[in-house]
Amino acid sequence: MSATQPLLSVRNLTHTWDGVHGCRDIDFDLFSGEVLCVVGESGSGKSTLLQAVSYQVTPKLGSVWYDTRDAGFTDLAQLTAAERRMLARTDWGFVRQNARDGLRMQVSAGANIAERLMAIGDRHYGDLRAVAGEWLSKMEIEADRLDDTPQQFSGGMQQRLQIARNLVTRPRMVFMDEPTASLDVSVQARLLDLLRQLVTDLDLAAIVVTHDLAVARLLAHRTVVMRGGYIVESGLTDQILDDPQHPYTQLLVSSILQS
Amino acid sequence: MTAANANPAAPVERDPHYNFGYLDESTKRMLRRALLKAVAIPGYQVPFGSREMPLPYGWGTGGIQVTAAIIGAADVLKVIDQGSDDTTNAVNIRRFFGRVTGVATTESTRDASIIQTRHRIPETPLAEGQIMVYQVPIPEPLRWLEPSETETRTMHALAEYGGMHVRLYEDIAQYGHIATTYDYPVMVNGRYMMRPSPIPKFDNPKLDCSPALMLFGAGREKRVYAVPPYTSVKSLDFEDHPFTIEKWDECCDICGSENTFLDEIILDDRGSRRFVCSDTEYCARHAAENESPFRDDSEAQRTAAPQIGIDAGDPAHVGAAS
Repeated sequence: MSATQPLLSVRNLTHTWDGVHGCRDIDFDLFSGEVLCVVGESGSGKSTLLQAVSYQVTPKLGSVWYDTRDAGFTDLAQLTAAERRMLARTDWGFVRQNARDGLRMQVSAGANIAERLMAIGDRHYGDLRAVAGEWLSKMEIEADRLDDTPQQFSGGMQQRLQIARNLVTRPRMVFMDEPTASLDVSVQARLLDLLRQLVTDLDLAAIVVTHDLAVARLLAHRTVVMRGGYIVESGLTDQILDDPQHPYTQLLVSSILQS
Repeated sequence: MTAANANPAAPVERDPHYNFGYLDESTKRMLRRALLKAVAIPGYQVPFGSREMPLPYGWGTGGIQVTAAIIGAADVLKVIDQGSDDTTNAVNIRRFFGRVTGVATTESTRDASIIQTRHRIPETPLAEGQIMVYQVPIPEPLRWLEPSETETRTMHALAEYGGMHVRLYEDIAQYGHIATTYDYPVMVNGRYMMRPSPIPKFDNPKLDCSPALMLFGAGREKRVYAVPPYTSVKSLDFEDHPFTIEKWDECCDICGSENTFLDEIILDDRGSRRFVCSDTEYCARHAAENESPFRDDSEAQRTAAPQIGIDAGDPAHVGAAS
């Protein structure tokens, strides 16, 4: 987490769907190995921010700079569509709220994990299978489930499989949209534990969108709070949660049930 | 007309009420323009304005339009269905072109200048100057992977074909080998992924660097694509699971051929079966060339041959059309 060069820089990013709803004037830097949580209520522009930063939608204004492996620190708008898609397939990962959106439900877990490797030109079945098995065990799923389809998996396993499928190309940056929201509490805790370990082991940078402050507390180094499309407060997670300054953040923190 | 219907083998007269080739001239020109583009970009699917044809979708409307666009008065047409010259589809398309163009039709692969086909490439090697026309049900090889047309076109444009191997991976994981046997995806000229229409993978190697021009027409999906002569066509595979074609332990029961695509024919309900060439024209010629056959009952089998050909074609035909 050296302060020399950020992995990702977002400057003045604005994207609205209809001129009103979306996110506005977003500025932040993300360094290698750092986890940033984006919290806020429904409709505050969290998911729009994620989509605009990852160029799934082209932002209306502003720029996103990323430290690419080949070309160094580059404005993503300067890359061709092909290069951006390549970047998204290899150096980035996307974990969606509903594992069904991020997985190929009809094909086996092994094929799901190996797909990205095949997409970048790996053509050795034995190797692909070995790597898939390795990742499955890393995700604490039994190796004999390799040929089962995700339909036969539980919700938590599907979510872990989705993460494995994304991490197989060793990305440096992962975008997560409510990764734990559709899981029950005990499974959430296990997944968060796994995520925290992976982030440390692989030196992953991550942007995690969530409405759950507990997720931010456990995973994130830094947190930004969004409301009405704007970032209202940002800082170290502990600082935000323990000493909220903005009235909305104070409301958010105080609304957590205290035991 | 009634007399002609009574005997399908009777030659048909050119019907002067139809324009040459059934389609009007501007439609044929539009199709030829699409075909020129298809030939210029091997394997690329070119959209065209598909017309209603006097037969249902799935019976070869794409192939018939391509043939109608390229056929000339001097051409000799051969039509095959499942390798056979005498199944319903083949006979009717041949008669259709006899009626609307008056061109000569043939069953001989060597004599034909245009061969419209469904499901097979003839066993007789093709020659320069010949044109193969394929009837294609689903032209998009990425369709099973990605339902969105916009997305598949982007994938073609950016040559993002890695996902195609997922299907092969899945085959090996489930069956221990690549179990896809027909419509086996190929890379054309090292650039575009292509569905070779539902030919068995046995025929895929015949596409590679073939001296004949290959044209593919999909009527319902309104796409044509092409493989020009001497273009590389590579079937997908894994390094440790290379592409292989079907093999049989038997040889053809009629002509004794050991290196052709064989149809299995169930003879009764007690498990008797025989294997015969699916390419009936090749089989008959091969059998005639081996005039000193090694079988005693060869005469009886040869007379039975056309009957078997029809039986072999029909069940598969119904299966593929559904």
